[in-house]
Amino acid sequence: MLRFIVRRLLWFIPTVLFVTFLVYVAVRIGWDPVKTYVRANPRASDEQIAKYREVNGLYEGFGGYIRGYFEWLWSFVQGPDHWSRSIKGGAEVWPTLRYSLFNTLRLAGTAAVLGIGIGLFLGVVAGKRPGTWIDGLVNTTAFFVGSIPPFVSAVILQLAFAVQLGWLPAAGVYPPGHEGFDPWLMAKHMALPVFVVAIQTIAGYTRYMRASLLDVSSADYLRTARAKGLSERAVLRRHTIRNSLIPIATVVAIDIGALMGGLIITENIFNYPGMGVFFINAANDGDYPKLMPFLVIITVSVLIFNLLADLSYAYLDPRIKLD
Amino acid sequence: MTSYEPIHESAEFESFDELYEVSEQEGLDVRTLTPRQLAWHRYRRHKAAMISTVIFGILLIMVVFAPFFARYGVNEPVIPISEGPNQFLEPQSVAWFGTDDIGRDIYSRLLYGIRTSIFIGVATGVIAVLIGATIGSLAGLRGGRLDDRMMRVTDIFLAFPFLVAVIVVREFLGGVAFLEPVIGDKTSIRFIIVLLAVFAWMGVARLVRGQVLSLKEREFIEASRAVGASERRIIVSHLIPNSIGPILVALTLVIIGAIVAESTLSFFGFGPQPGSGSTSLGNLVLLSRSGATQGNWWLVVFPCGALVLLAICINFIGDGLRDAFDPKMDAGR
Repeated sequence: MLRFIVRRLLWFIPTVLFVTFLVYVAVRIGWDPVKTYVRANPRASDEQIAKYREVNGLYEGFGGYIRGYFEWLWSFVQGPDHWSRSIKGGAEVWPTLRYSLFNTLRLAGTAAVLGIGIGLFLGVVAGKRPGTWIDGLVNTTAFFVGSIPPFVSAVILQLAFAVQLGWLPAAGVYPPGHEGFDPWLMAKHMALPVFVVAIQTIAGYTRYMRASLLDVSSADYLRTARAKGLSERAVLRRHTIRNSLIPIATVVAIDIGALMGGLIITENIFNYPGMGVFFINAANDGDYPKLMPFLVIITVSVLIFNLLADLSYAYLDPRIKLD
Repeated sequence: MTSYEPIHESAEFESFDELYEVSEQEGLDVRTLTPRQLAWHRYRRHKAAMISTVIFGILLIMVVFAPFFARYGVNEPVIPISEGPNQFLEPQSVAWFGTDDIGRDIYSRLLYGIRTSIFIGVATGVIAVLIGATIGSLAGLRGGRLDDRMMRVTDIFLAFPFLVAVIVVREFLGGVAFLEPVIGDKTSIRFIIVLLAVFAWMGVARLVRGQVLSLKEREFIEASRAVGASERRIIVSHLIPNSIGPILVALTLVIIGAIVAESTLSFFGFGPQPGSGSTSLGNLVLLSRSGATQGNWWLVVFPCGALVLLAICINFIGDGLRDAFDPKMDAGR
């Protein structure tokens, strides 16, 4: 087990280098800040343009991409203080990124805990008695809700609760001009975004859990457990639910991508200053010093959660051996 | 109490035809059905799928013949600005679904927009299924290194947040100059189809591969190998027809995925701008952004409602197909 983890962790380094290189080249080809610079300063001389390239590490050609990548990488590994500054405005990247990261973690954490918890619970409620009206109700509702794209539920909730009814604030973490820490105010601002991300998660997990429960429900060990004379409750709790959680654990770990996607959309609609807003701003500016650290964080977390998925599988299901 | 005696045991028959005839007179259905017919029977039993098929069919007719069903042109104001204000009208008799910021009829624009979006969805779906089915069946059939590599790449792509990946790849494809004559400008419909197909084929490939892995051990594949069928023949006339169910389900998923993705990208300003003569669902959904904060509810409700209706219909059709082709799932319903 330990050897497996260590080996996988060592593989992280080349994978991250490879992925970041690909992403760097894609970002450099995709966005050309020089063009924007020339458009903003039509009378810039060739020397000025060359200097602009030099300062921001925007070297030309494929060799230039490689040089630029290694320069970026060198400054990146030296720590946030040495990171390349953003092209537009020349500000340091880390303070904004850190602020966004914490905002997102708070939002994602709350939504994930609520969403997965309620989703699993509803999945058990439905899957426990397949074919009954309650199963039909839960399953169909989950199907409907799961079909609604997150940005649609976000704008509809924003229109209903923030604009028409005025119960909840429509945007931000705090009202403009607010200073200091106020948990109640923060909770009110987070309510709608959390709800939007959570209902997507609830719909997904209700369906996963129900399907997984039904898969397990015909297993031989359940017949054995009943034959032993265990009560239905004990069979459900100790055998059915536990076994049906095995595939769910993997889904939880891999679902980070879907959660992140939902967050980008939700954060942008509610103007919640998290990673999603950070990404869309950076993408609109075509600012590689801002995009790269963001993408490194995403890549590393995807890899870590994939590793966790494999580990949780082996931990929960003793039939699986990692080597 | 009369005892029931099965007729085929109580009487003797010359042929099966006679047995069928007598059985049908007794009110028994004994016709043998092909797997396709069985699937169709199961599909018809799925109420939600049938209702969705009807709704989707009506919608499809309306958007295909959009010029007949639309009340105004794509860019035509409901009333000329000289005869009175036409911006942001609430739903009323001249504009059933209200008007937008320059006085155009939302209902008519929705028909044209859904037309473009369904086209994007279907085109993406067809491309993705063609590429995905080919690569997936090759990988599943040959196995080995190709299979390993492909699955590794697919895993990484699928794990990456879709919106992040799609935006980065969009800018990248748009930045490669020699691709432009082939796939068009970043804001063209052709470009968005290619972009979405780049992501969509992987899910299909994965699914077909799984199907092929289980099919290739079956006797009929072995038999066709034994009589010397080529790999191509095995794929085209055995593997693909036998995985048609999952492929159709995947097709519905890709279609609705593409329609939602187009809307999402447009919502963030990364979508297509289909020119002045047409519009897309994404462009209309974009209205809901300002509509929500300014309280113009019809700009939110109708475009978003249309998108959700499409999503639910296509998802239910996919669900019906899944049940129809996979009888094992029946128990769960």
